[in-house]
Formats: sequence, structure tokens, C-alpha cells
Amino acid sequence: MSIEQLSIIGLASLVSISCSLCGVYLVLRRLALISDAISHSILLGIVCSFFIVHDLNSPLLILGATLTGVLMVYLTEILVASKRLKKDASIGLVFPLFFSISVLLINLFAADIHLDQDSVLLGEIAFTPFRLLTIWGYNLGPASLWVMGGILVLNVVFISVFYKELKLTTFDHGLAAMLGFFPAYLHYAFMAMVSITAVGAFESVGVILVVALMIVPPATAYLLTNRLFPMMILSIVFGLASSLLGYSMAFYLNVSIAGSMAVMTGILFLLVFLFSPSQGLIMKFLTFQQQRILFSTNMLLIQLLEHEGTKTEKTENTVSNLIVHMKWTFKFANSIVSYALEKGFIQRHDDRLLLTSFGREKAKRVIVMDA
Amino acid sequence: MVKPDRLTDLECAVVVQDLTVAYKEKPVLWDIDLKIPKGVLLAIVGPNGAGKTTLLRSIMGMIKPAAGNVAIFGQSIAAKKRSIGYMPQRGTVDWDFPTDALDVVMMGRYGHIGWFKRPSVNDKKLSLEALDRVGMADFASRPLNQLSGGQQQRVFLARALVQDADLYFMDEPFVGVDAVTEQAIIELLKELRNQSKTVVVVHHDLQTLADYFDWVSLLNVRQIAYGSVADVLTPENLKITYGGRSSFLMHNPVIT
Repeated sequence: MSIEQLSIIGLASLVSISCSLCGVYLVLRRLALISDAISHSILLGIVCSFFIVHDLNSPLLILGATLTGVLMVYLTEILVASKRLKKDASIGLVFPLFFSISVLLINLFAADIHLDQDSVLLGEIAFTPFRLLTIWGYNLGPASLWVMGGILVLNVVFISVFYKELKLTTFDHGLAAMLGFFPAYLHYAFMAMVSITAVGAFESVGVILVVALMIVPPATAYLLTNRLFPMMILSIVFGLASSLLGYSMAFYLNVSIAGSMAVMTGILFLLVFLFSPSQGLIMKFLTFQQQRILFSTNMLLIQLLEHEGTKTEKTENTVSNLIVHMKWTFKFANSIVSYALEKGFIQRHDDRLLLTSFGREKAKRVIVMDA
Repeated sequence: MVKPDRLTDLECAVVVQDLTVAYKEKPVLWDIDLKIPKGVLLAIVGPNGAGKTTLLRSIMGMIKPAAGNVAIFGQSIAAKKRSIGYMPQRGTVDWDFPTDALDVVMMGRYGHIGWFKRPSVNDKKLSLEALDRVGMADFASRPLNQLSGGQQQRVFLARALVQDADLYFMDEPFVGVDAVTEQAIIELLKELRNQSKTVVVVHHDLQTLADYFDWVSLLNVRQIAYGSVADVLTPENLKITYGGRSSFLMHNPVIT
């Protein structure tokens, strides 16, 4: 593997880890769509800062972008506070405005620089190795790796320092306010963190796919655990796996790296959604089927016990009566009868069903349990 | 029992003067005066939309009033935050949050722990004790989304207990719990009162009012009546508070 490939994979990993970490709290705070809005809004900050410094590699761009991200959040909250608009509508109103203004500005004034629409939308992670950071003549390797590495460190520090405070404000805003933890300030600090992360991710994966990297890995982790710390670790694992698998897929199919990474987050989510041992769709279906058979068998045994030795036994305790009385299908009635036969609960004489002594005991136990 | 207007400020845990709260120019609470003496169990009672939760929240400084003053033990809310314990309504938080019962109880200690520091062994010990007091010791490591409504309510109560406060505010602690849990909760509240702590509870059930509480405030945007349960709970006062429905309410145990 070449050094160029390694630096692309390295950057993809840094981006996905940072995004997954922020994303855990976005998902838990029900702010998933804010990440999409922020990633679109930061473009305005990048464009405006560029007009001031005329340098695409200036750190001022990151600052400007972060500020517009936070400003967008602030504006949506003013709109919500006015009670004229709901939260989703406010977000939908502010960020397209920011984004469209920046697209127009790029068209008008920056047509000849590389801030073109394609790279804005999908990023240009493949160019990573070619933009190098040099300080006093020393070549320190790709600049993006340093920037994104710094952003990841910032994320880890922020979340470790404010772990308890973030948890409390996320779970119970009211108590946090009462205990004096300033949930509103913490919210904006976190939004600034998300904005900085989005700026870093923007260069690699563009504005559209940031949302996939921020939201899907935590959502996948959420399917597997109900503890916060394991959720963060799993989220990082899924983020990292998506970027590595995504890169390989892009390499073999010769398609967009960012696109492949985002697709991979979705594929991993789907796999976990289907196969998770505790909450997976397939496991749930199997458990449901199992319970249905056990429950129906118990119903059958009770029916046989209740009518045993009565005048109507000959008509009641028959397979055909199960179909009429219990509203079972012919096929289902037969499968339950076969199951009960197999377990030794009943004997079958043509249509008639008789309890074995074992089955009688079982039926009595079930009734006692229910009572 | 002392009449509320005879109380001196020194005897009071909470003194509310001329409190008015408005949402979009519409008053939710209108000119409330309330002196809550130390060491009582006080119920705030009123119909839906009467401003009960708003009153609690404005006393605790979570809502900025349009007018009026609140003093807690003679000082500002900010100065006395540590002396307040709060149990919000169960529905105000997301019970799918990925954590367990013990961790939620421990959040009640965060005010004492302060910024940046992690809960200590002692905080954990206190939280486990509180879970034990509410009969939830066996559920300490149970994930939140596997707790029933009554269990969630007990966890919230335990969280309020570990705040180790002198003044407690509880918003509908009896909603959605069975009779056994209700008894357990009221025993704990009475125990707090007997330790001369002040407990303010938003309550709904007029039938149990006299058994559970010493004092009651009847609220419907304005404060209709305030004082000892025996003085306040008259048919006339209830009629003003609830409109024409009060006779029905007095004879019906279930009121929501």
C-alpha cells in the first residue's frame, strides 16, 4: 500500500472517529438533522473567510466556518422561541438560506478557485496526499491529517472533560439547569464542537455525507447497547469500519471514496438491524414464532382439559373444532397438533384429540400459573 | 396551625411575592403570594393548565417571571440551589436514554460533586442507599428502558433524595404508580417532613389530600386559597378552583 493510500485511509479514519463521537450526543439529544444543517451552513463561513484572507489553507477558515455553524443554530432557536415556527421548520428555513447564499457567492466571485460544486458536495478526500503541511521548510505530511487529528483530540478532550455534564444535560435538561450546570451554554459549546468537526469532515466528504458519518454509526451502536460509554465505543468501531470498508469498496469499484464510506455506514446499520442478538429483526421474528407455538400449544391443552369427560367432548376436542373455535388456519392447527404429539402431550385418533396423562399435568400447571 | 398571613419570613422555607408568569402576553400565573413554612408537607392542587408546574419551575428559577420575587430561606435562588431537591414529571425525560437506574440516581449528586469531577465511591454508596429506601435496590444496574412506570417514578424519587436538600419540589410523584408504590412514596415524604424538611408536591387526588398533606394551595392561574387542609378544602373553594365540576371531583377517586 502506497503512502498516498495510507494518508487517505488515515484521514478517513480520523474523520469517521470524530464524527461518530459527536454523533452519539446528537442522536441522544434528538439533533440528528442539526448535523446536516451545520454541515451545509459552514460553507458560508468558509466562503466569507476566504474573501477576507484569500487563502484556502488559512486556519481563519475553520474559525469562520465554526462561527456560521453556531450562528445557524442560534437563528433556528430564535425562530423556535418566537413560537411562530416549529424546530424542524426553523432548521429547514435557515440552513438552505445559508447554503444557497454561499453557492451564489462562489458562482459570482470564486469561479476560478477550487471551491467548485462537486468538491463542496462530495469532498475530495482523494487529494489529501497532495496538500502538504510545511513549516520552516520541513515537510510534515498531508495538512488535512494534522487538522483532522487536532479536531479529533479536541473532540476527545471536550467529551472527556464534560462527560458528566453532557450526560446530565442530555438526559434531563431541567435538573441540569436547576443544579447550575448551564445547559444552554453547554449546548452551544457542543454545537461549536459539531461545527468544527463538520468543517474538518467537509473537506474530506463534502456537506451531504457528513450527516451519514455523524448519525448512522451511533444509531447502529444504539441498537446493540443500553449504556452510554459502550455506545460511544461501538459508535467509533462502526465509524472506523465504515471508513475502512468504504475505502476498499471505492478502490475495487473505482468510485467515490466518500460515497462508499457513507454507503458502508448504511450497510452496517442494516446488518445490525437484522442480526442483532438482542433487538435484531430476525431474532425478534424467531422469538415471536417460538412464543406463538408455545402459547398456542398451551391453549390447545387447556381446551382439551376443560372439555375432557363432558358431553360435548366428542365435538369439542377435535382438530376441526380448533379451526372453528380458535379461528386457526388448517395448516396452523395441524402444526400445533403435530408439535403437541411430538412432545407427548396428546394422542390423536383421526379428528379426535385426547390428552395423555403427561399432557393433563402440563395443562393443569399452565392453568395454575395463569391464575 | 398557624395562619399563612401570620408567618414571619424567618419561619419560611419559601416566600413568593406578587409572582406573575406569562407566555406570549397570556398570564399563566397571576399575582401569587405564597409563604411556605419550614417543615411542612404542602400540596399544590388545581385543574390542568392551572400553572402548577409553572409555579414550581418559577420558584426554582427555571422560568423567568414577568414580575415578582422569590426568596428561598431568605436568600436568592442562585444562592440556595444546593438546598433544593427536584423531582420532575416522569414524562419530561427520555427513558430510552442508554444508562441504568443507579446512574440516574447518581445524577442527583452532581450538584454536590460540581463541575468536571467524577462521582466518588461515597456518591455511589449514597445513591445505592437511596435506591434501597425506595425499594429499588435490586434494580440498580437495570437499563432505564426496562423499568416500568412505577419503577421509573421510584428512581426519580431516589434521585431527589440523594440531592440531600432541605426543600423538595415534586411534580406529580403519584401519577402512574400503583397503590403500594403510592404508599411507599408518601411514607418517604412524611419521613422527610418529620426530619423538618419542607416538601412541596403537585398533587391531583382530592380524596387523599387530607391524609397526605398538612398544607394546601388551591391554584387556578390565581391562588384561590392557601392554608391548612382543613381550612382550605371547602366546597366553595373547590368550586372556584375547578369551576362547576368540584362536586363530581370530591366523590370521584380518580382525577387526572
